[in-house]
Amino acid sequence: MTQFIVQGYPAYAYTGSREFDPKLPSIVFVHGAAFDHSVWQWQSRYFAHHGFNALAVDLPGHGRSPGLVRATIGEWSAWLMALLDAAAIEKAALVGHSMGSLVTLEATLAAPGRVSKLALVGTSVPMPVGEAFLAAARDDPPVAFDMEATWGHVRNVQLTQSAVPGMTLLGASRSLNERSRAGALHADLAACNAYRPSMDAVRAIGVPTLVLAGRRDQMTLFKAGKALASEIPGAKLVALDAGHSMMSEAPRETLAALRDFLRD
Amino acid sequence: MHAGQSPDPATGSRAVPIYQTASFVFPDADTAAALFNMETPGHVYSRLSNPTVAVFEERMAALEGGAGAIATSSGQAALHLAVVTLMGQGGHIVASSSLYGGSHNLLSYTLPRFGIHTTFVPAGDVEAWGRAIKPETRLIFGESVGNPSVDVLDIPAIAALANQRAIPFLVDATVTTPALGRPLEQGAHLVMHSATKFLSGHGVVIGGVLVDGGRFDWNASGRFPTLTEPYEGFHGMVFSEESTASAFLLRARREGLRDFGACMAPMTAFQILQGLETLPVRMARHIENASKVVAYLAGRKEVERVHHPDLAGHAGHGLARRLYPRGCSAILSFEVKGGREAGRKFIEALSLFSHLANIGDAKSLVIHPATTTHFRMDDAALAAAGITPGTVRLSIGLEHPDDLIDDLGRALNASQK
Repeated sequence: MTQFIVQGYPAYAYTGSREFDPKLPSIVFVHGAAFDHSVWQWQSRYFAHHGFNALAVDLPGHGRSPGLVRATIGEWSAWLMALLDAAAIEKAALVGHSMGSLVTLEATLAAPGRVSKLALVGTSVPMPVGEAFLAAARDDPPVAFDMEATWGHVRNVQLTQSAVPGMTLLGASRSLNERSRAGALHADLAACNAYRPSMDAVRAIGVPTLVLAGRRDQMTLFKAGKALASEIPGAKLVALDAGHSMMSEAPRETLAALRDFLRD
Repeated sequence: MHAGQSPDPATGSRAVPIYQTASFVFPDADTAAALFNMETPGHVYSRLSNPTVAVFEERMAALEGGAGAIATSSGQAALHLAVVTLMGQGGHIVASSSLYGGSHNLLSYTLPRFGIHTTFVPAGDVEAWGRAIKPETRLIFGESVGNPSVDVLDIPAIAALANQRAIPFLVDATVTTPALGRPLEQGAHLVMHSATKFLSGHGVVIGGVLVDGGRFDWNASGRFPTLTEPYEGFHGMVFSEESTASAFLLRARREGLRDFGACMAPMTAFQILQGLETLPVRMARHIENASKVVAYLAGRKEVERVHHPDLAGHAGHGLARRLYPRGCSAILSFEVKGGREAGRKFIEALSLFSHLANIGDAKSLVIHPATTTHFRMDDAALAAAGITPGTVRLSIGLEHPDDLIDDLGRALNASQK
């Protein structure tokens, strides 16, 4: 992990066991609610070993990064820009999943000159979160972690074999959620639920954009990802036979889509 | 029954296919390199992973509520894999004194040769567990239900201690199985099984499995350089960075299976999976039969004492009711009046029970621990494990309980002649 000081606090980013080298083209990976950098384990490691400077961040209050969990997508976006400053990265490709997709989208709207490419994985705008999910995240996190694990994958994901030998998709997701800071899931979900960017601004995005959508996504429906792709000029839509957590459900296919897009 | 497998997409096979192959063809050179450098998941060589074995691993992780699992060539290999993944020379283990004899051998006699030492403590004395922890302690280990004395481990209490001292807690749940209790839910961090026993139920294979809950914070503990510092054996990989929830399993697979090689064969995984499909149904019958046998033996004048949590006088009676409401053990032990000689006559007079070194078979089994499974233990260690020269251990199978009781009754009569 590489450490930066961002907005006064240490911030950690996984770099695929490689030294961070700002001279290489950079890709910043941003995780979703109550997760950490390790959701990008396979994809970020690949790019780190194929000519890129890969930074899979732990957002503040997530994984190893200390600091306050931010309340709005705008605040997360400001933090992401501050990370680029701290790492002396003038321009980076941004890849975000779920909440991370909103953070990278907002960063692109706020500072398009800093973003070379934008990949939105498992996304929708807006990203409404059900009241029952929000309430569970606030009042009964273990139930909310079960909801996130169940809805965060294809329906009946237990009836499939994980792409990663010996790992269970539900169990690994739940274990990672359970390690999150108290209150992080609720704060993250509330931030997603409240985010309403200017759709005029979205329609004016000039950064090359990929929308990677799971055809069987139960959290951010495929049709929502498709709709967002149709709003962003020139955006490429790639559909995967996967649910919301496509980085772990379909790691090879997710990597292939990102590789095609980011290496163009 | 279903976890980790869907009908084979290539053939429609409903049963888990047996991928009886040593290696897997790489589609291209780039994929080969990516597989070796962990840039993409997949199977390379069956010592590291195999699709049939992976179904068993995933199913066990699902049954235990863990993040993932690794299948091993035996239960002993699972314990060894856990130990060597967590520590090297100078490491220390705190373990229950009430352990399977093979586990006791490994901890007491073999691992010290490699600089790893164990302090044994009475299973039921939680304070003793705490006192035994040293700065170099890297693992706390016990059996959910000890074999053969049927001690019930207070998993929540020891888990609280383990969390407080930031040391991982491994539970051998061979006797209870996930059908009766799930140690990870009770607070343990790691679970292992001898899959040879109840998980299989048929007694035709040797196998083991190690499940990680994925919740122990290796970095916060600060005592596990094998997981939190660069590993030169894998290009400087830091396993806890690579995967927050599966750092332990990554190291165990990428080093432990790679270098020690105690992997499970695909045919073995297939055979265990056949048994696993009926686990809850079988365990209910095992427990029902065992309760009838316990009640019967407790009422026989030839029996000095019966050790089983069903009995109000057993030290683990209340704990077993709390942790295992569906019952906790088809293993029981008892002492025949007349000591070792009476025990010998008893065992030799049985006809339905098989005299052999195993537990958890569909068939009922009997053994004399002091001269077989635990024979390397000295008198003090035997006493600490709750074994006397006259102790007889039974593993109650799935036969009709009347047949079992009839066999036991005739053998008890013979023991006193």
